[in-house]
Amino acid sequence: MTLVYAITIAAYVGCGLYMMLSRHVVRMILGLTLLTNGAIFLIFFSGRIGSSMPPVIPQGSDALSADAANALPQALVLTAIVIGFALTAFAIALALKAYRSLGTLDVREMKAAEALGAPDAPSSSQTVTNHG
Amino acid sequence: MPSLILTAVVRIFFVIMLVGSLWVLLRGHNEPGGGFIGGLVGAAGFSVLALALGVEAARRALVLHPVVLMGAGLAVAFASGVPGILTDGSFLTHQWGTLAGVKLGTTIVFDLGVYMVVVGGVLSFMFRLYAEDAV
Amino acid sequence: MADATALLVLWPVLIPIATAALTAALWKSPVAQRRVGLASLALLLVASLALVWAVIDEGVIAKQFGAWAAPFGISFVADPLSAAMIAISGILAFAVGIFALSDIKERHERAGFHPLFHGLLAGVNGAFLTGDIFNLYVWFEVMLITTLGLLVVQRGRAQIDGALKYAAMNLFGTILFLIAVALLYGATGTLNMADLARILPQMEMSPGLTASALLFLAAFGIKAGVFPLFFWLPASYHTAPIAIAALFAGLLTKVGVYAAFRVFTLMFEMEGGALREIVAVVAALTMITGVFGAAIQWNVRRILSFHIISQIGYMLMGLAIATPVAIAGAVFYIVHHIIVKANLFLLAGAIKHAAGTDDLRKAGGLLKSHPWLAVLFLIPALSLAGIPPLSGFWAKFLVIDASLRVEAWWLAAVALGVGALTLFSMSKIWMEAFWKKPVLVRATPRTVPVAFVVPIALLGAVTLTIGLFADPFVEYARTATAMLVDPTDYIAAVFPGEAPVRTVEYPAATQGAIE
Repeated sequence: MTLVYAITIAAYVGCGLYMMLSRHVVRMILGLTLLTNGAIFLIFFSGRIGSSMPPVIPQGSDALSADAANALPQALVLTAIVIGFALTAFAIALALKAYRSLGTLDVREMKAAEALGAPDAPSSSQTVTNHG
Repeated sequence: MPSLILTAVVRIFFVIMLVGSLWVLLRGHNEPGGGFIGGLVGAAGFSVLALALGVEAARRALVLHPVVLMGAGLAVAFASGVPGILTDGSFLTHQWGTLAGVKLGTTIVFDLGVYMVVVGGVLSFMFRLYAEDAV
Repeated sequence: MADATALLVLWPVLIPIATAALTAALWKSPVAQRRVGLASLALLLVASLALVWAVIDEGVIAKQFGAWAAPFGISFVADPLSAAMIAISGILAFAVGIFALSDIKERHERAGFHPLFHGLLAGVNGAFLTGDIFNLYVWFEVMLITTLGLLVVQRGRAQIDGALKYAAMNLFGTILFLIAVALLYGATGTLNMADLARILPQMEMSPGLTASALLFLAAFGIKAGVFPLFFWLPASYHTAPIAIAALFAGLLTKVGVYAAFRVFTLMFEMEGGALREIVAVVAALTMITGVFGAAIQWNVRRILSFHIISQIGYMLMGLAIATPVAIAGAVFYIVHHIIVKANLFLLAGAIKHAAGTDDLRKAGGLLKSHPWLAVLFLIPALSLAGIPPLSGFWAKFLVIDASLRVEAWWLAAVALGVGALTLFSMSKIWMEAFWKKPVLVRATPRTVPVAFVVPIALLGAVTLTIGLFADPFVEYARTATAMLVDPTDYIAAVFPGEAPVRTVEYPAATQGAIE
């Protein structure tokens, strides 16, 4: 079974990395989500898949039963999912905004920040107006 | 493109989702559920409303600005940790007690804060995305 | 009421979180947000200094969140290094907060400047204080999302472009961090740093642990902006409003450096494998590329952005040499650099305000119109280049001295050469902005607001103090290093009254191998 898990994670991470190398922002974000999912699976399997007994202390006892599931990876995974969710939402909003104001999602054409004070930039009026 | 069917049922859906989200929030006390999931369901309710009747209608239904809701939620969650400092000696050490036969804890306050943060956070993104879409 | 001293560890995080909540709830009124924000920054400064005082007095202080015992709960630990970082960021945040009064416009405030600013401070302070590696990841993400928000409070084309590049690289970095944490957890079954410091020295370096260590190095490398991974930094820092850029420049990369120091002293040893050689080469290349990148730029803030990178190289040099002397030098370097670099960014804002542009080719004549600004510029600029008796001289001296002691001649030579080139960049700003005749003659000279001058003077005074009275600071850096090299106190603070060998049983599930 370990091999199956390992191959699954490798597939997630591999696809994610490949898509992150794309020049298209939307593909980059998709790759990012795949990578996050790969990492989340890795945490989950690092905690070992064994028992599926809920890690709840039974009434009248003051310790976990010996075959309870490990609760920590689940807490970690939940945190990672929430954070990944928030960051993906932010990245999508950012990409949408970039598309609206830059008119492109191809990173090769995004040079607005580079143009400020670049060695060979003509001293156009844009250099001044872009500042706060 | 708002469809007739969606606009017709959305008010019922909205109420059901809102009640459902509160149920999930309270269920988190002893069983799977809690502030985060409840908040997502609640935010989904407002999103459906925004989808069918427009962002303005959803904003009116929410009353508070999403960011204000987020800030208030964070403040509520923060406040739930303060009793721990006053008594036991660490932030977020939760206190338990019984009031008129109902078992209560400060964790529910924390969950309520999380609920508000999630609703506010998700909607502050959603409203903006929908609003820009309409233009 | 609980033990007040131990609670000091929590305040540097709780104050900014509460402020972020309050300022978000006061969304409708920027004026109220501004007042609450400034009061909170003053409070944070007091809390930070009190923490340093307590750490000097009592040694390492630890506190468990929610009173869950270590290693199951999240520990917050203040040792001399993290206390120093907290104090410096407290001072910096206060100075930047004053600067922001004039620099941050109401439209920035409407875009959420105050909640994001305090959220960022909570993330930074949390990262400095946490004693749990997964919690460190969470604080990194808090920092990341607030940083991205702050990058786009000014909604121009350049800002969105910069934020996108920042997001791509840093999101990738945090995923590497997450994978490293997963591998570490799989190998050890714990995430508490003090617990890891007890367990890891007794373990064989398995392939999983080695991969974990390298991934940590890469993740912190992206955050710190080291040689092959720094491209996001000069692509984004110069686009944000000055007050925000100054805070980024002072703190963000240094959190990456701090995390690297924490992980590679407390948990992993620098000795084994080729880690030291890798870090040494990376440090040298970081110094060189940063300083050459700066040499061809004409935008003041871009020049300074590239200099952040070259300075990070010096700190990594300390980690690469890894003798106590070198680490002490690097610790001193971090503290000095946070103040100096942020001050230079604030000065860049003042230059831009006075000259009307931050393109050096179009500026000029500021020496005549703003002589005191020239003096204030010289303090951090010469300190950055390492001219005695300013703080940068002692920082460079300590690091280079340490490299000579282990006979790493080439590293010392690179460090000295880069120091000379730094002086070139600083004199370029001086010549072009202050000395040269103005390109465009203005009828009325622009005055620089008082809220700009006060923080610049304040940070300049801190630089002078560190430079002229270096002895106690060096001594403090040595104490901090002693605690880093020998984590006994750190572990004892997290596990009070416990034998050094672990007595807590794992949950059964973590012990069995994957079937």
